[in-house]
Amino acid sequence: MSETRYTKDHEYIRLEGDIATIGITDFAQKQLGDVVYVELPEAGLAFVKGAQAAVVESVKAASEVYAPVSGDVTEVNSALEGAPAIVNEDPAGAGWFMKMRIHDASEFNDLMDEAAYQAFVQSCC
Amino acid sequence: MASTDQDSSNSLRLTPLHGLHCASGARMVPFAGYDMPVQYEGILAEHLHTRTHAGLFDVSHMGQAFLSGPQARARFETLVPGDLANLAQDRIRYTQLLDAQGAILDDLMVTACAPDANGDERLFLVVNAARKAHDFALIAAALPDLTLDILEDRALLALQGPEAASVLAGLLPEVATQPFMSMRRFELGGVTLFVSRSGYTGEDGFELSVEAPEAERLAQTLLADARVKLIGLGARDSLRLEAGLCLYGHDIDETTTPVEADLLWSMSKRRRAEGGFPGAAIVQEQIASGARRRRVGLALEGKAPAREGADIVDMHGAPVGRVTSGGFAPSLGRPIAMGYVDASHAAPGTPLQLLVRGKPLSAHVTAMPFVPTRYYRGQ
Repeated sequence: MSETRYTKDHEYIRLEGDIATIGITDFAQKQLGDVVYVELPEAGLAFVKGAQAAVVESVKAASEVYAPVSGDVTEVNSALEGAPAIVNEDPAGAGWFMKMRIHDASEFNDLMDEAAYQAFVQSCC
Repeated sequence: MASTDQDSSNSLRLTPLHGLHCASGARMVPFAGYDMPVQYEGILAEHLHTRTHAGLFDVSHMGQAFLSGPQARARFETLVPGDLANLAQDRIRYTQLLDAQGAILDDLMVTACAPDANGDERLFLVVNAARKAHDFALIAAALPDLTLDILEDRALLALQGPEAASVLAGLLPEVATQPFMSMRRFELGGVTLFVSRSGYTGEDGFELSVEAPEAERLAQTLLADARVKLIGLGARDSLRLEAGLCLYGHDIDETTTPVEADLLWSMSKRRRAEGGFPGAAIVQEQIASGARRRRVGLALEGKAPAREGADIVDMHGAPVGRVTSGGFAPSLGRPIAMGYVDASHAAPGTPLQLLVRGKPLSAHVTAMPFVPTRYYRGQ
């Protein structure tokens, strides 16, 4: 059983137990356009909430991805290295960025749920 | 994920094709004071379509003007280093407006037109959108004896790509053999078109100056051909970067000279020798002794792109320059960049490192264009 939350930076965090799978939303990939490179952190690194954890580059520009919650990176999606377009094709599935063991469940609970995020997306465009 | 898009402002100007862009699903962004399409279906697809078929670009934001009067060519030569005295009628020259230091105030296309009604020389100018107010004020002030007729009422479309000529020849058969860097005037259904065989993609193609109220009809006529798609500013930028072409305000500006910018090819032997343009002594000194720094192409070894502003260092980490344009090259499937480096590091093959988010990316100096140009060279 997993639960998903969203940030105002258009990241999703899918939590199963204490492991969060993090990626960018479909709205984000559409805004970015064709993703040509994703720079991911090394497994084992610890991030505090809000720290820059990854970079996603489209043809047009580079965008930072911030750690939506504090935690330790347990795994990164190395498939993105050779095939960054997966982020456009399946952002919520095969296009995930990294998994983190979260430090503080309250940080997760404070993020937007699906309904709040959809309302947020409507309001920002 | 932090967005780099700027908020749109309600004071933005609209081109005559604005309605078409919105109806075509464009994502609009502010650019040079205009609300412009950055992309329609996506930059990669639009870029590759232009390289394989034909892309239609709205470049109506650029400035168009006629400059006419006695000795207009010789008079305009006092502002630019390009050779206009020896420019045959209907031929186009790429050149730059320079300041007293020989630095570039803008780059522009100059066409030698047929004489005006008084029999005086007449030039057609196309300048950058962001610089047009500046350029036209400068020209009017510097050459008060000439008449500058700013064509606010004309749109500009670019049709670019290997199929551009056959598409346009369907409407205007004579363009099939029109020489590269020439302009012709056509009447099409009662509308006057200035058709230049030129562009900003490295491909064969045309720029079409048309009366603003007729622009959408012309665009729709071209788009009715299945080989033609609308292309946004995003792909325009990646196409010109692959072609090694400068973007004003990025690769050239008021701090760079034509010699540093590797634009000496646009200056004839006569103009180099005679001078007679702003900053000529400085430019001539750089031609004679070499510029301290040079614009070069940079090929990156890895997959990560380096963007404008990235510092360039040598293999020991000593700073030698800065990236002025960079990104992913869709036609090559890898990142490319251009930038200025110290002359001692400008030779093709020189290994360098580009600092991106504090990490060095391996690169080397490479000749431009990155993708071979395919301009029309006759049959």
